[in-house]
Amino acid sequence: MSEQMNIPTQVKHLYARAGFGLRLEDLRDPANTSIKRAVKKLFENSANFEPINIVDENLDLRRKPAMQSSDEKRALQEERNRQERLLNQGWVQYLSETSAQLREKMTLFWHNHFACNIGNPQYAQELNNIERANALGNFKTMLLQVSQSPAMLQFLNNQQNQKDHPNENFARELMELFTLGRGNYTEQDIKESARAFTGWAFNGNTGTFRFNPRTHDDGPKTFFGQTGNFKGEDILDILTANKQTAVFICTKLYRYFVNDVPDANNIKQMADVFYKANYEIEPLLEFMFLADWFYADKNVGNLVKSPIELLAGLNRQFYVVYDNPAVLMQFQRTLGQVLFKPPNVAGWPGGRNWIDSSTLMYRMKIPSTILNAGVIDFTGKATPEDEAYIASQRKQQLNIIKRVQTQPDWTRFLKNIPANTSPAQVAAFILEPKLSKGIIDDINKSADIKTAVMQIVSTPEYQLC
Amino acid sequence: MYQLRNTSYVKEEVMERRDFLKSTALISGAYMMPAFLKPFEAMAKGELTGYKNLVIIQLSGGNDGLNTIIPYGNDIYYQKRKTIAINKPEIITLSDMQGLNPNLSALKEIYDQGWMSIINSVGYPNPDRSHFRSMDIWQTASDSNQFLTTGWIGRYLDSNCQSCKNPYTAIEVDDTLSLAMKGTNMKGIAVQDPNKLYQATREPFFKDLVSEHDNAHLNEDNLGYLYKTMIETYSSADYIQKTSKVYNVTAPYPTTGFANQLKNVSKFINSGLQTRVYYVSLSGFDTHVGQQNQQGRQLKIYGDAVAAFVKDLKQTGKLDDTLIMTFSEFGRRVEQNASNGTDHGTANNVLIFGGKLKKSGIFNEAPDLTQLDNGDLKYKVDFRDVYATLLDKWLDVNNSQILNKNFTGLGLV
Repeated sequence: MSEQMNIPTQVKHLYARAGFGLRLEDLRDPANTSIKRAVKKLFENSANFEPINIVDENLDLRRKPAMQSSDEKRALQEERNRQERLLNQGWVQYLSETSAQLREKMTLFWHNHFACNIGNPQYAQELNNIERANALGNFKTMLLQVSQSPAMLQFLNNQQNQKDHPNENFARELMELFTLGRGNYTEQDIKESARAFTGWAFNGNTGTFRFNPRTHDDGPKTFFGQTGNFKGEDILDILTANKQTAVFICTKLYRYFVNDVPDANNIKQMADVFYKANYEIEPLLEFMFLADWFYADKNVGNLVKSPIELLAGLNRQFYVVYDNPAVLMQFQRTLGQVLFKPPNVAGWPGGRNWIDSSTLMYRMKIPSTILNAGVIDFTGKATPEDEAYIASQRKQQLNIIKRVQTQPDWTRFLKNIPANTSPAQVAAFILEPKLSKGIIDDINKSADIKTAVMQIVSTPEYQLC
Repeated sequence: MYQLRNTSYVKEEVMERRDFLKSTALISGAYMMPAFLKPFEAMAKGELTGYKNLVIIQLSGGNDGLNTIIPYGNDIYYQKRKTIAINKPEIITLSDMQGLNPNLSALKEIYDQGWMSIINSVGYPNPDRSHFRSMDIWQTASDSNQFLTTGWIGRYLDSNCQSCKNPYTAIEVDDTLSLAMKGTNMKGIAVQDPNKLYQATREPFFKDLVSEHDNAHLNEDNLGYLYKTMIETYSSADYIQKTSKVYNVTAPYPTTGFANQLKNVSKFINSGLQTRVYYVSLSGFDTHVGQQNQQGRQLKIYGDAVAAFVKDLKQTGKLDDTLIMTFSEFGRRVEQNASNGTDHGTANNVLIFGGKLKKSGIFNEAPDLTQLDNGDLKYKVDFRDVYATLLDKWLDVNNSQILNKNFTGLGLV
């Protein structure tokens, strides 16, 4: 490894997980020479909270005439779609540029944990900012704010949860997905919990939370063996007092940051820290990032990047500008993850679920599409069929450039590579998994760094972090 | 070459490529195939007579069964659906009690030929009225309170049976793979357009990666999984493309996207592809508002396409070896709502088509519109008994291995 490329692999791994990957320019940062300093820098860069403010109007609050013509209805729907697109593209671009990597990585985690899919982009943005504000804060605080957000109240039908006809949807998902996890409560607990949450609604004229005593069932409820005239807040307290909530959250965090396969011991340690810290997220993350096991070989380079992580990492590494941001949504749809549109209330399952035959081929082709108009220069022995394919690819370049309209900054990327760095060294920097001899040999055959890089980002290895 | 879903911005140079291929060394065999890919290409078309196919059609959104197979003989139907019930004269009668929605007119001929069976009141205990949950339940064949992460066809692929060893044993004609098709070790393959998938695998750099790993021991970790998936995709895409391209469907099909998917299935079946299960979806059935028009449109797309498909297979001699099952994640409530639509319900009908049905026509009693569960139909047949029948009698595997419980099945085939 040339001297300047000498960065501890642990720091590279840390950034691959806690952020969106180290960039070549980060090689020069002295904070990246030790794990402790790198962890400290990670938290420092995410210390401030900056809300995203892309959608500036709540369309549900607009005065609507009693009878809308179908033209008016269509115009409103188009406005809604436009807001949705802007919100989605805006967040992807923010992920691709911000230095608050850890905060955004956690916001993405909570975005999946509190999966919500509604037709009001303003409420969706508000929920997103609640998650961002509390991403590194306190889980209990976040849980309460999320439960009272118009987005969640609407999505899980708590608006319709009223005294004489309770709706159990929110009460069920609260326990199944947000706190305890399946198998740790009874149907009766759900029914009683639903009663406690009656009256939790939002004001349709102001778009803010409103507790409605008229529809609230204020009778006694028996929940997890305790009886009282519980209100929603009381239920949340009882749920978080139950250590199983800490275990459930830590298990999810482990699978998000460390390994698809949960390690009971490591998770127990995490849950102990989390519970003892009264559900403060920062000490938990710090504990994990400083644990030896976080850097164990079996935990390095083995997580499948989510489509968003793939795109954000690529955009950041190559400083990609999108003249046509609409392609970002097309890529997300093709890869199976559209921000703000989780498939259902359980979120995106992740891991190997991101990969099947079609999505793998698309994922491997997307980096070259974004960076080089779809061309991956081939340095091996080309058969006549290969030559034909390559020729037709070159013919396609102009078409692809016209449609995709991405501008990677190759100059900026290349100038951050220290002199005398071999293509294989660049590969070892960009890729997390250990490289096979075959790949190293192939990449070393490249005539120049750019050719090598195009191959590097088109390997299956690049799909892992 | 590389084409993104929902866009047409990459001009597909298929024509030029085809012409080019006709005149190149590829045909003369100069193209070297890595050794490990060869076994999949070895099967000759002639070995495939009597090869049973299962085609699963999923109607997404919760199709209203009562307006599909209409219990016109029961007055309650008209009492509960004052504005959305289908008028008697328009209904295509099948029995004294039930008849087809007029948009399914193309299926009348199929029914009369004895190629259609209607199973009423199919569902499961403690039904879920959430699209996602109920669809997961149907696709994983779980109990209502169980959460499985593998699909029933996926587990069929896992079961290591004689005829399900290949990645292309189950094909979904779509861009993404449904949970139903995902097993623990094996998965079906999602192919919307076999030529497109094939083209995507022709990138020389990718081919190089695949051939470099041919004899390497692939780890069980995620990197190994990616390489394994890539290698399987290569092999499958190649096999599917080369096998299916020699057959051209000549029967007439409507020009809808859904009909085109069934046309692709016909191509696969008739070309001798060693695939046993095909999966196709049609959505748009969540008719909370303005049901008659919306459902009518979707039923017409469905009926016309299925009729064309069935007649095609009859003509090419494949209908006896094919079974088609249509389902939806739930039916809808008996009483209409305030928006000329219906809300999520429970039990629904399942439609079966095939050339060799043991009991064609209406399989069991029409749904009971009086003994309701909070306004919803009560199920009489557990959907897993339908699956069990298909697994035992059609796919030749022991259903209890795949359904995690022994279901008796029905006398359907």
